[in-house]
Amino acid sequence: MKEHLLDVRDLRVSFDTYAGEVQAVRGISFHLDLGETLAIVGESGCGKSVSMQTMMRLLPMPPARLKSGEILFEGKDLALLTDKEMEDYRGKEFAMIFQDSMTSLNPTMRVGNQMCEGIMRHQKVSKEEAKKIAIDMLAQVGIPNPEAAFRHYPHTMSGGQRQRVMIAMALSCNPKILIADEPTTALDVTMQAQILDIMNKLKKTYDTAIILITHDLGVVAQMADRIAVMYAGEIMEAGSAREIFYQPSHPYTWGLLGAMPNMIQDVKSELYTIPGTPPDLYAPPVGCPFAARCEYAMEACLKEEPPKFVTDGGHVSRCWLHDERAPEVTPPAGIPALKKGVKVDE
Amino acid sequence: MSEKLLEVTGLKKYFNVGRNQTLKAVDGVSFSIEKGKTLGLVGESGCGKTTVGRTLLRIYEPDGGKILFNGHDISRVSKAQSKELTKKMQMIFQDPYASLNPFFTVGEIVAEGLEIHKICKTKKEERERVEELLTMVGLSKDHANRFPHEFSGGQRQRVGIARALALDPEFIVCDEAISALDVSIQAQVVNMLMNFQRELGLTYLFIAHDLSMVRHIADQTAVMYLGTLAEYGDTEEVYSHPIHPYTKGLLSAVPVADPDYEKTHERIHMDGEVGSPINPKPGCRFCGRCPLATEKCREVDPILRDMGGGHMVACHNV
Repeated sequence: MKEHLLDVRDLRVSFDTYAGEVQAVRGISFHLDLGETLAIVGESGCGKSVSMQTMMRLLPMPPARLKSGEILFEGKDLALLTDKEMEDYRGKEFAMIFQDSMTSLNPTMRVGNQMCEGIMRHQKVSKEEAKKIAIDMLAQVGIPNPEAAFRHYPHTMSGGQRQRVMIAMALSCNPKILIADEPTTALDVTMQAQILDIMNKLKKTYDTAIILITHDLGVVAQMADRIAVMYAGEIMEAGSAREIFYQPSHPYTWGLLGAMPNMIQDVKSELYTIPGTPPDLYAPPVGCPFAARCEYAMEACLKEEPPKFVTDGGHVSRCWLHDERAPEVTPPAGIPALKKGVKVDE
Repeated sequence: MSEKLLEVTGLKKYFNVGRNQTLKAVDGVSFSIEKGKTLGLVGESGCGKTTVGRTLLRIYEPDGGKILFNGHDISRVSKAQSKELTKKMQMIFQDPYASLNPFFTVGEIVAEGLEIHKICKTKKEERERVEELLTMVGLSKDHANRFPHEFSGGQRQRVGIARALALDPEFIVCDEAISALDVSIQAQVVNMLMNFQRELGLTYLFIAHDLSMVRHIADQTAVMYLGTLAEYGDTEEVYSHPIHPYTKGLLSAVPVADPDYEKTHERIHMDGEVGSPINPKPGCRFCGRCPLATEKCREVDPILRDMGGGHMVACHNV
């Protein structure tokens, strides 16, 4: 079997709080290869950011706790590394860009100095060379007059410019994996289009693998090769972008797609809504976490957690409807009929 | 032709930002909204759309222009008249965390307007009205005794809607009312707002930067750029046949949830950023980013012209 660049297996993360254990991530597995973009989609609180921050070792532990899981990067398990050893990976092999560029950049440091810190730490170069690399990166992300920007403080720049600086900083050590956590959520659509263009261009130039965390399915359609849909700390459905958009097979994915208004056609019908709210992760439900909000829920869904079913090649869905014994259901309008799947052991 | 509830002509709102500098947040905006309809107001952040909403509700005093509400000019009114107006015009705010007083129970928040305007004669009547409102927005009666922090973002936004509906208003400004919510919750709230419009005959000004949601909810759409309207007309017309170069660029930048469409779709690149509304130069505000800009655009302000069927565009070159 081919070795993946990144292979995460059964990752579980909990937070120990006074009120009890919050099971934020409850056993997710995914993989990533060079030059591909994996989008992780889900609503707030579904564990998408927590799983990424765990991989980057950015969560304070305690209260966070890695309960189980392997994070295999080029075959090496990052979960076993000490914090000190992890420093050689973070920023060098993995880099991350965040949603809020104002709070993610240091307001008391000039943009250039912040960038050079990382470059000098990971590439063992002199200050002069680091500056050259930094200015070159700033030019690549489309900042006009990069020499001047090098000396600016973050607060003198607009949101779009700061997000460019973050991308430049993240890519300055030529990482193999770029994790982008809602990189354009705070930006206007016109700026969003520019930033996504830059990310796609740099991905092609450097063959970087991207993990894109977002709740905007439009952004996903534009960027992703593969998609994982998360809900209540689990991956409910995963597959190629075409599979998820044109052959979605989990009722939660149907709900997400149906809740979006249509931009290219005018349809004034009611939006499809998912009733209720996500479950409480202090005490996750016994069966399928989505069962309480799912209009197709059967008795089995409330009693037993559905296993993974494979419907097509790499298309995986966690739903009892794929079982041989499940009745035929009619998905919402515009979505093709559900396929039966083969149960896979984890 | 149906009746116009709101008619705005040449609305202006300037802010003095010191050192002889004036921030022209809204600089001559005209539009009208028919009774029972929704006008969507879109544009990038800082273009003045929130200021328009706030000036209409007279949270800000307008610096020029006329606001006709049911035929009466409300741009210059006394304190007492202004209080009467708040009964008819309400607002739903963007941030469901900051717009509810954390020291009040949900019941008190919803009842505040009822008390100020002395709508209910007895405490019991008030209590019943609050419970009715909470049920209308999909919360339960018992929620009245709880505090805002006990609710999720979507539930808080429902409380904000119940508060806005409490006085039986005719007109509601929804200022980015769904931007802070998750996709599935957004759909719940939008469906609810559209149902209330049908049942209660409400008129909305729907301010948003989410262009696809505006297409879904609005009958007419106005596109704003740096304090002025660039384009304005029936939603379907504006979205399927945009004329102004800014509208074209803006619509083209919206990502669509369809991978095949995304692969083939040519984006119009709009470089640069929104300029500053402080002491703006004469001429078209968009000319620095516009592919069609000419000498004339740098000197003469374009005015809204009817391009047919009420589709208004402010551009010299179309």
